[in-house]
Amino acid sequence: MAKITLDNLAHSYYPNPKGEDDFALKELNHDWNDGEAYALLGSSGCGKSTLLNIISGLLEPSQGRILFNDVDVTHAPTTERNIAQVFQFPVVYDTMTVRDNLAFPLRNRGADPNYVAERVQKIGAMIGMEAMLDRKARGLTADAKQKISLGRGMVREDVNALLFDEPLTVIDPHMKWELRTQLKALHHEFGHTMIYVTHDQTEALTFADKVVVMYDGRVVQIGTPQQLFETPEHTFVGYFIGSPGMNVLDAEVTGQTARIGDTEIPLAGGYDGLKGKIQIGVRPEFTSLTTDPNGLPVTIRRIEDVGRHKIIRAAHNGTENNVIADEATPVDSDATRIAFDPSGINVYADDWRVAPSSKSVGKAA
Amino acid sequence: MNKTVNQKAWFLVLPVLVLVAFSAVIPLMTVVNYSVQDSFGNNEFFWAGLEWFDELLHSERMWDALGRQLAFSAIILAIQIPLGIFIALNMPKKGVWVSVCLVLMSLPLLIPWNVVGTIWQIFGRVDIGLLGYTLDALGIDYNYTQDPVAAWITVIVMDVWHWTSLVALLAYAGLQSIPDAYYQAAKIDQASRWKVFRYIELPKITGVLMIAILLRSIDSFMIYTEPFVVTGGGPGNATTFLSIDLVKMALGQFDLGPAAAFSLMYFLVILLISWVFYTVMVNLDKRDGV
Repeated sequence: MAKITLDNLAHSYYPNPKGEDDFALKELNHDWNDGEAYALLGSSGCGKSTLLNIISGLLEPSQGRILFNDVDVTHAPTTERNIAQVFQFPVVYDTMTVRDNLAFPLRNRGADPNYVAERVQKIGAMIGMEAMLDRKARGLTADAKQKISLGRGMVREDVNALLFDEPLTVIDPHMKWELRTQLKALHHEFGHTMIYVTHDQTEALTFADKVVVMYDGRVVQIGTPQQLFETPEHTFVGYFIGSPGMNVLDAEVTGQTARIGDTEIPLAGGYDGLKGKIQIGVRPEFTSLTTDPNGLPVTIRRIEDVGRHKIIRAAHNGTENNVIADEATPVDSDATRIAFDPSGINVYADDWRVAPSSKSVGKAA
Repeated sequence: MNKTVNQKAWFLVLPVLVLVAFSAVIPLMTVVNYSVQDSFGNNEFFWAGLEWFDELLHSERMWDALGRQLAFSAIILAIQIPLGIFIALNMPKKGVWVSVCLVLMSLPLLIPWNVVGTIWQIFGRVDIGLLGYTLDALGIDYNYTQDPVAAWITVIVMDVWHWTSLVALLAYAGLQSIPDAYYQAAKIDQASRWKVFRYIELPKITGVLMIAILLRSIDSFMIYTEPFVVTGGGPGNATTFLSIDLVKMALGQFDLGPAAAFSLMYFLVILLISWVFYTVMVNLDKRDGV
């Protein structure tokens, strides 16, 4: 087990990267603390898998260093790093039995046969394949094959870190939940450093202590699920996390007021001297329909009833705004405006969140 | 749904039937016809019954040729299959060299067979051929027109040169279809190079390898042109394979009856080999499909 440090790390798939755009992974400094479970969240093609492959040594970064417990392993091969990694699509050794598949990583490291047998039995039970241990892996369903891949990832106890690259994509929903629980149990039991790549926010939020959100080759925010929900540092985080995502509206912000067209929206803090493209972001949870003439006029497009609550899809000047309303609350036909809870409003300049400055609070007051 | 009965549809298969009749059925039946008759020229034929077949089964000449044929096929398969896999494993996976390699490898496959024979016939000559002259200058006794061992080596090396590319190209195609994740997983599992081959590469190319073995064994079993051009079946009968023997019998001695019986037996042997391969391949597919 190890603390993994990324120092000035960046990677480009081009031999001579010209500008920042050529980098699949932009410069990154980060410590993955020993024994923590991280989720690496981001849309497809944002550099998640690249980062994972650099950590496991399948890819050598174009610049920067990787340290395991402060030892430089940037140029060390995968075998020396002692990392377990599970890939998106199942990889099984077809001609071997399930048992031999699970035992493979241990045997390759020359483990004691008794230990191997005992360990394989345990992992077999964990992935629910005890009964199939002596079957050939060939011809099993994709589900079963991916469970074997997961099992092979978990079979070694002494790994420095466990990396999962969207491992549950091919698994059916019920089994997904069960395997995720097993992974969490494994984490509690052995305290491995775990990095779990996914583009599914539910998976990320339920699995991890800390979620790392990536966007366009860059880490945009690292935080607990609560932080990501309440104070998204980047509009992408707001948009990507939450269902539906955060409402983002172009606005002029002066002092404690945001102005959208003719509508003035009060803010909880004060902002001054903002430059660039200014936007406010409010989660649908902090947005409500209102008959108050001071609200933001919208056109309601449709109302979706998702069981526990209603999602009201509305639009202001073509920009979509979503409102989450209680199941019990009736939707008033006169309510054609929306209001925002000031404590739920974040202000963004060029997509990055701006913290309210206390100085301007005084001025505005 | 009501089905209309329309027997006229049978006419649609007529073109194929005619084609197959003229290209396969009629020539084959002619051979069957010859095999049960005796001829003394002048287009006169006499009923011979199963005499030719009986004679064939007791003919030392045929058994010798069959033995040589089996030995030849076994040797070239034993060389070409492992060598082809080895070459495929060492071919570049991407970049400009891929095309260069592919073109170079395909070249021997594109050369007409009699030209391949001529190339090696000249190449091996002691007086003017690069190979023969060099070996002779090095003091190695090499003369494929007189020494049966030298003749065999020449014919085998020629076939390896001509056909190994086919095995290599098929194996290469099989290897290219293995997703990267397999190699990455093997690295994570600390599999040795041998284990990567044994548990990932070999199982994934079994299908194409079966096709390669099938093509090579049938082709080598029917080999005629190249050894005919290089050695003419000699020295003596050392490189007289089944087809060469058959041509000698049918066109050299004009023994139509025995030659027809011979070809039928030859045909059945090839059919048998094909059937064995077909069965094996179908079973492989079934095993994959479970």
